[in-house]
Amino acid sequence: MTNKTENAAPVGAITRISGPIVQASGMLSTHMYELVEVGAAKMVGEVIRLDGDTGTIQVYEETSGLRPGDPIFPSGSLLSVTLGPGLIGAIYDGIQRPLSRIAELRGPFIPRGEKATPLPLDKKWHFVPLVKAGDAAGPGMIIGKLPETPLVEHRIMVPPDQQGTVSWIAPEGDYTVEQEVCILKEGSQEYRLKMAQRWPCRVPRPLAKREAVTVPLITGLRVIDTLFPIAKGGTAMIPGGFGTGKTMTQHSLAKWCDADIIIYIGCGERGNEMADVLATFPHLVDPKSGRPLMERTIMIANTSNMPVAAREVSIYTGITLAEYYRDMGYDVGVMADSTSRWAEALRELSGRLEEMPAEEGYPAYLQTRLAQFYERAGMVQALSGRKGSVSIVGAVSPMGGDFSEPVTQHTRRFVRCFWALNSDLANARHYPAIHWLTSYSEYVDEMAGWWEKVDPDWREMRAKVLDTLQKEDRLQQIVKLVGPDVLPDSQRLILFISELIKDGFLQQNAFDKVDMYSAPAKQVRLLKIILYVLTRGHAAIEHGASLHQVSHLPCIQELLRAKLTIPNDHPEQFDLLEQAVRKQFDELDKESA
Amino acid sequence: MSESAKNAGGGEPALMDSGLEYVGVSRIDGPLVFVAVQHAVGYDEVAEVIDAAGHRRVGRVLDVTAGMAVVQVLEGTSGLSNQKTRVRFLGESLRINVSRSMLGRVFDGIGRPIDGGPEPFSGLRRDINGEPMNPYVREVPQDFIQTGISAIDGINALVRGQKLPIFSGNGLPHNQIAAQITRQAKILTGEVEFAVILAGMGVKHDVAQYFVKNFEDSGVLSNVAMFLSLADAPSVERLLTPRSALTLAEHLAFDLGMHILVILTDMTNYCESLREVGIAHGEIPARKGYPGYLYSDLASIYERAGRIRGKEGSITQVPILTMPSDDISHPVPDLSGYITEGQIVLDRELTQRGLYPPIAGLPSLSRLMKDGIGEGKTRPDHAHLASQLFAAYARVKQVRSLAAVVGEEELPPLEKEYLAFGEKFERTFLAQGEFENRSIDQTLEIGWDVISFLPKGELHRLTQAELDAHYRER
Repeated sequence: MTNKTENAAPVGAITRISGPIVQASGMLSTHMYELVEVGAAKMVGEVIRLDGDTGTIQVYEETSGLRPGDPIFPSGSLLSVTLGPGLIGAIYDGIQRPLSRIAELRGPFIPRGEKATPLPLDKKWHFVPLVKAGDAAGPGMIIGKLPETPLVEHRIMVPPDQQGTVSWIAPEGDYTVEQEVCILKEGSQEYRLKMAQRWPCRVPRPLAKREAVTVPLITGLRVIDTLFPIAKGGTAMIPGGFGTGKTMTQHSLAKWCDADIIIYIGCGERGNEMADVLATFPHLVDPKSGRPLMERTIMIANTSNMPVAAREVSIYTGITLAEYYRDMGYDVGVMADSTSRWAEALRELSGRLEEMPAEEGYPAYLQTRLAQFYERAGMVQALSGRKGSVSIVGAVSPMGGDFSEPVTQHTRRFVRCFWALNSDLANARHYPAIHWLTSYSEYVDEMAGWWEKVDPDWREMRAKVLDTLQKEDRLQQIVKLVGPDVLPDSQRLILFISELIKDGFLQQNAFDKVDMYSAPAKQVRLLKIILYVLTRGHAAIEHGASLHQVSHLPCIQELLRAKLTIPNDHPEQFDLLEQAVRKQFDELDKESA
Repeated sequence: MSESAKNAGGGEPALMDSGLEYVGVSRIDGPLVFVAVQHAVGYDEVAEVIDAAGHRRVGRVLDVTAGMAVVQVLEGTSGLSNQKTRVRFLGESLRINVSRSMLGRVFDGIGRPIDGGPEPFSGLRRDINGEPMNPYVREVPQDFIQTGISAIDGINALVRGQKLPIFSGNGLPHNQIAAQITRQAKILTGEVEFAVILAGMGVKHDVAQYFVKNFEDSGVLSNVAMFLSLADAPSVERLLTPRSALTLAEHLAFDLGMHILVILTDMTNYCESLREVGIAHGEIPARKGYPGYLYSDLASIYERAGRIRGKEGSITQVPILTMPSDDISHPVPDLSGYITEGQIVLDRELTQRGLYPPIAGLPSLSRLMKDGIGEGKTRPDHAHLASQLFAAYARVKQVRSLAAVVGEEELPPLEKEYLAFGEKFERTFLAQGEFENRSIDQTLEIGWDVISFLPKGELHRLTQAELDAHYRER
């Protein structure tokens, strides 16, 4: 978020400093949420309260050493994000400073007041015009395109607040983001468009209309896709105590979900996790295109030790980038890890502002802010006329793993998928530790149409799995009291099949080359065979076979390992497995008859 | 500076060789001193607070407005008066000298020697707050550290650059485990320069002595620097102790290329001090009276562990914290667990059964283990074996609660096998001597010994090839 304030004279002077919150006098001419620069080091800040002459400023950098009397420089504009080619593959801090550039300039630690432009200014992009002089160009219309990465075609759009008749458009050729590529005339007004534009990060980008969600965001995680699907344009939350695998799940989603663009927001989390993403993504290959995953990914890293105010703004920076690519007609996935850290940043800032707290010290406007954030997701028709979507998956880190705390509860009201992580599962190293009984998705009916094209029985199979697991839970209550031996074999079969579902289907190894991603076809084939074992097992036991005989059929071991042994691109291998299961049950029936 | 004393209570500045001095303060509350000031005092600046007898204490500016500065006094405010107290502002945030010659020495929380020796030679002064490490330059930690403790190496492996806390309780042997790790820790790949920094916050005298003696006996003392703020030292000093220690660690690791293990004990005391100061300051508390910024504050300590791409050195942290009433959901362990890369949880029941180290199998976790183990690092079968041990031990816990109800005799045969496995696992794999140093190979072999108490058909997480190579047929 660079700003042209070099010439601006200071307006105010600091009167009080308390952590990241600074008060200044002489702020009459500034407006709410204006970007200002604080002190001689010109640290970035934002005006968050105005009271007469006094302004309160949230500073996005460490304030140690600031003194009363230090100057405040106005910018005249809202805190904004720079949008243009060069975003993909970048890693930014919460206020869109490129961390790679800062590392080049300043070494391994981040000094204060560092300025660096978000987009490379000297890089030339091959611009191809898509309109000609005389064309009418409405807000958000696509006027040209360029290859940003081999995976992403960047479409240059008229900013949403501008329009007119094209009076000049640059011919095809190589341009930097600072060169003009188009001039629009509207009456006496003239707009000179560059490839980069700016947009205030707290304001949602306008759209033409919202559309219904009908297509699932395929994640490759069986427990999500099959049991608790999320739509393209949908919202989901992953609550879980520490060590339950929120970040691992988010990483898996960022790697394998079938969005066109991924925005990964590391909000108040560990530095080593961001390093892990940076180290692994360039070497991972997108299953659709065969290109490195980094070519579709933008990272926002405001780790827990970086300034807390920048953590608060980081999710807005991320979602604005997402909306920009959505407007080009892409499906964008936003992974926010973790929204609890963002809420805590709100709480910390609110405390410093001496506001009256609501629950557990969180400000009363926590729920409004959460709703505003999640409502920026959606499947939309953009101003350009194209369809695009923003899907949001937010991790929530409840204190003590207690889901009744405010952030979990309020988030739950605004999202439609609830992927509850369970610490017992995590302790048993059952990952993803998404619990089948406490999680839910409200998208099941909307997604059924899509899945039924993969397998017409999808809805039935899904219901059957959940029903079995539900029954198992009730039987386990009895087992806990009296042991499994008193149950008849028909009920112990339920326990056995549930283990099969958990071990052979729900549990997924994020580090195994075959298992890390499960294509939809593989998911339904695998599930179908497991449910077939249930049906046949039931029949066999009714005809006098014992559970021991069923559970010791050789095909069971094979079925348990099928997730690891049958690759996505060879679903026909399930035919062999299915035949083996059928044959062995046929033989068992003969034996017991 | 006696001639600088001016009208009491007013606070007229007098320019000193290194800062401005005021005589008289307007309010004293807990560890905080409120001074009316006439010049622009910097936020987070260091101040010297001098009592009537001329003793100096160190303080730091917590809040400034145009006419008032709030100074937090490290050594406490006892004996200070509104009238006679003098406060001198030094114009910079708190810095300490750092140098290699600090190894083998003992300091207080802000780097002043307390072992009777001279000030260490140094040319470098560093701000103890440090600067946040750019996540872009971080290198993913992936060098296995062999601690010689099976419960750590085998199933919760520690890697260089990781922060892996020990969640303990009062009366549990966390100090012994920390000392054992310090004695035995080694990198399997080649010789490296290795040093230990111990930051003691609110530790008891005899605990400090225990560490000193232990390091002496094992001959590592010359490679250890200690920053101690003992239990009877003013609580505010505890807030600076880990920062001083980590400032030295950063110098040794990233300027001199050494591999540093930092032990922080006890982080619960640190958080108590933070709460004390926050409340004295009139802040709105979040949970259990702890300030809302506890997470960010802890992160500013824990996140100083790591490695930097292109640099040789590393900082590995083993913070120790005692869980109040063994409650893992208490804010201190809870927030720590969200920042650190896993946790080693000590279990009172294991201690009561006489097992050392009492490392609880299930709630313990090392998040970075996957990058540090496997072919070329430890052994190819390590990851699957660890996963299988976990899964099987989780089953043991279920079977045990069942056995508690129906009695062991009533259990089906498979469940009995799980009980036998559980017993073996705890007695031979988890438990070991305080001075027993197991190689990773030994650890994994013991792992195979115990897992072989279960029938092959139960071991879904091991591949057929691994079973063929290692499973002990009975």
